[in-house]
Amino acid sequence: MNSQVRIKNQWNEQRIFAQRTFAAMLVITVLILTLIGRLSYLQIVRHDYYMELSQGNRVRLDPIPASRGVILDRGGNILANNEPAYQLELVREQVPDLNDTLKRLVNLGLIDPDELEDTRRVIFSRRSFDDVPVRLRLTEEEIGRFAVHRHEFPGVDLATRQTRHYPFGQLGVHALGYVSAISEQDLERIDRAAYAGTTLIGKLGVESAYEPQLHGRNGFRQILVNAQGRSVQRQGAYAPVLRSQPPSAGDDLILSIDLRTQQAAEDGLGDHRGAVVALDPNTGDVLALASKPGFDPTEFARGISRSEYATLSDNIDKPLLNRALRGTYPSGSTIKPVIALAGLTYHVVDPNKQEFCAGVFHLPNSRLLFREGKTGRHGWLDLTHAIAKSCDVYFYGLAATIGAERIASFMTPFGYGALTGIDISGEKPGLLPSPEWKKTAFKRKEDQVWFPGETVNFGVGQGYLLVTPLQLAHVASVLAASGKSFRPRLVTGVRDAAGKIQTIAPVAEPAIQGVSDADWELVRGGMVGAATYGTAAAMSKGATYSIAGKTGTAQVFTVARSASLSAKVEERLKDHAWFIAFAPVEAPRIAVAVLVENGGFGASAAAPIARKVMDAYLLRQNTPNPAEIVTPEAQADD
Amino acid sequence: MIDDSSYARTRRTLFSSARLLSVLNLDGPLLLGLGALAIYGLIILYSASGQSVDTIVRTVMRLALGTAAMLALTHASPNVLRRLAPWLYLIGVLLLLVVAVSGVIGKGAQRWLNLGLFKFQPSEIMKLAVPMLAAWYLHDRPLPPTWSSLLMLGLIIFLPTALVAVEPDLGTAALIAASGALLVLMAGLSMRIIVMVLLGTVAAALLGWSSLHEYQRTRVLTFLNPQTDPLGAGYHIIQSQIALGSGGLFGKGWMNGSQAQLEFLPERSTDFIFAVVGEEFGLIGLIVLLALYLFIVARSVWLAMQTNDTFSRLLALSLGLTFFVYVFINAGMVSGLVPVVGVPLPLVSYGGTSVVTLLAGFGILMGLYSHRKLIGS
Repeated sequence: MNSQVRIKNQWNEQRIFAQRTFAAMLVITVLILTLIGRLSYLQIVRHDYYMELSQGNRVRLDPIPASRGVILDRGGNILANNEPAYQLELVREQVPDLNDTLKRLVNLGLIDPDELEDTRRVIFSRRSFDDVPVRLRLTEEEIGRFAVHRHEFPGVDLATRQTRHYPFGQLGVHALGYVSAISEQDLERIDRAAYAGTTLIGKLGVESAYEPQLHGRNGFRQILVNAQGRSVQRQGAYAPVLRSQPPSAGDDLILSIDLRTQQAAEDGLGDHRGAVVALDPNTGDVLALASKPGFDPTEFARGISRSEYATLSDNIDKPLLNRALRGTYPSGSTIKPVIALAGLTYHVVDPNKQEFCAGVFHLPNSRLLFREGKTGRHGWLDLTHAIAKSCDVYFYGLAATIGAERIASFMTPFGYGALTGIDISGEKPGLLPSPEWKKTAFKRKEDQVWFPGETVNFGVGQGYLLVTPLQLAHVASVLAASGKSFRPRLVTGVRDAAGKIQTIAPVAEPAIQGVSDADWELVRGGMVGAATYGTAAAMSKGATYSIAGKTGTAQVFTVARSASLSAKVEERLKDHAWFIAFAPVEAPRIAVAVLVENGGFGASAAAPIARKVMDAYLLRQNTPNPAEIVTPEAQADD
Repeated sequence: MIDDSSYARTRRTLFSSARLLSVLNLDGPLLLGLGALAIYGLIILYSASGQSVDTIVRTVMRLALGTAAMLALTHASPNVLRRLAPWLYLIGVLLLLVVAVSGVIGKGAQRWLNLGLFKFQPSEIMKLAVPMLAAWYLHDRPLPPTWSSLLMLGLIIFLPTALVAVEPDLGTAALIAASGALLVLMAGLSMRIIVMVLLGTVAAALLGWSSLHEYQRTRVLTFLNPQTDPLGAGYHIIQSQIALGSGGLFGKGWMNGSQAQLEFLPERSTDFIFAVVGEEFGLIGLIVLLALYLFIVARSVWLAMQTNDTFSRLLALSLGLTFFVYVFINAGMVSGLVPVVGVPLPLVSYGGTSVVTLLAGFGILMGLYSHRKLIGS
């Protein structure tokens, strides 16, 4: 065996130590250099990157919401502004005895005993240094009650936030829209960063359509925070300099709405379901846009409960529906002036030729009979009188003579079946039927045929034709201005925070071509006749200006009415009443369309409302300025 | 004349302090390095603890205790230390067993023994006892160590390492293992074995990786790349790198590091205090700190080379090099070079009994140097 006794060799060991020590120092040097290399990379090469991360850790941006733009009517009356709302906030770590504090708040009537457990849970779900709202929407009386006892509640305080206020309550709500809490859907279309700190966003109407202008730009404040997210003043021995940027308020909107006219429209509708739209034919300005019933938009801004919302949305009268833009109805006889114009333009009618109305119309080559409405038989009448007296038989025949294709193509430039392009969203196009349309609209072959009888009905605005009150107001303005028109609009100007007003120019629509001035004049004569000696003679009694108008009655049900239906339902089966008008006839300044759902005859139900609206705008009388009745102060007191 | 007298006074002062140092068996340069490090440490600790005077007072007391241990141990001759080594090791292992048993009873990680007056970590003893026993074992045996010697040394190192690792205190276990392993390396472990062990480790790692479950691999990857788990295991290391990186070349200034002062940096006064230095004093501050450590290590190694018996030389080298391992693991962990293990930055991190053990170790080192047998005497 190669067994060998090993003894210690001092010189050999000395050599090993020296070598190993040298190697160790070499390794140490390499490791130290590696370390310094790594540190240089972090501290020099990537310094800017880590500086940003460090800044992001210690600085939090606290948004300062911009104040929302105010909405004014054309006379400068405030329709929507901002008001502080008070809420009670609690900071857990500053409250000495939370249970006792909550109990005493319940005793003061500031917290609902049923919500005590929820409130407690919310408080504990937040950090101990957070402001937790424990009660929203304090009334003035409650604010006073708390203020007296404030010193007994350390860690509990009043906080304000801006909320939207509509001084005139429901007035014009369907034009204004409303604001409410930002929803999930809203979050998908807005820039979240720009809305940090904003709690309310426009829904519907002008509030929604002009949201970018009204919102403004939020500001921010830099806040020093520690790792727990708590706001602190100093880091170590120093208090760093922090930046802030003030918010810039949203732009104010100047509406075309005339408060007095709007008030007249809503008063006129009263408790009826219906809509009124008044336009300035020279600009397209919407002077009034009313839809009844309405609702109080301030409730939405304050925060509406689920049950309150359900009450509104389940209401059989549909207060949330904007009938002026979204309600579609048969036009009834309001179509007759346009049919007459079509006949004149296509030269298929002699305006002076007398036709005989025996109260019934026989469609040629058919056994169908079309009856006059409730106006009975008119005897001999020419075109002007046929419009004024709204003779169905005359227009049955005229429509049959012109033909459905030509009627539809003549009506198209008036805006039937198309969006008017008003500057708020939600508008419906209605429906302009034609034989062409029928081929595509129905699936079954037998339904795609256009029957001659349908053309006859077309002539008096029954059948498939559907229009909105806004569309008919636009038609009235087209008739008033001999084919010229402007796109309807609610906003006429924007005022920035510095007070500089930028007016928005009216947008002219293409004028209707091919209709002679004489024909426009002739049809207007028929409408003046309707308002003076015809179907709507009663409405112009005592008027100091000249009025042109046309009544309409849209059938809801053509079936025989059952006697067993209850009175409530019976009322809802009555015909819809229409009235369109413009005035003064020589130089029209206002064109109106009024619809009263289930109002019966246009002459009795709708025409008087139109008169009130025109009086309010043209005479500035009969209707007191609503601002004198319901002042913002009076509103805030109740 | 004036020059002359001042020169003489300086010389006298130097001479008398040198005499004092030699009476106390202390090494001037090493003492100076340790003192400078302690002062630097106290300055940064005051900032890192959130300006806590209480922390500073406690640390100064620990430093005083450590200095006392150091002064006492400088007088221990290599022969005394060698005779004490087995007993110290035995006592240490017994105490670790006591800790393990009471830990089982207490149902939790147990590192401390409560001695009534103060708490005491028996694993600290092993940081000194393991290299002492290993040096004692090799003292009479020929170097490089034989296979049977290596087996024995392996057992000496493994037993306390395992006991500490199951506490669990992986950081201390790693340091105990390192102190033993470094000693064996310095004793002339053959290059063949070193290479074989390294290759074996790599092979085992590869083999282990292929046999790991998917979730286990994810854990390992998180360990290597903290960005994949920024709020969990990666949080410490991400925040410490932000602190270092944002400090830049010159730092944000004393008591003005936002990461440290606003507590984004966890363990800011203990394991991650290195990042506070980097944030407040920048790369310059870190290089100064590393230079101090390098000086202490180099001086320790130089002192070790001057001794001339196997026991002294091995023990002194192990103590000096283990000190560097401390520094490298801590700095490497904080800067993201080394996985996160709980190793404090020696003489700077707050807390624990490691200050006492470290200074005691330097006391032993200086004692070994001053008791060296001068060749020819």
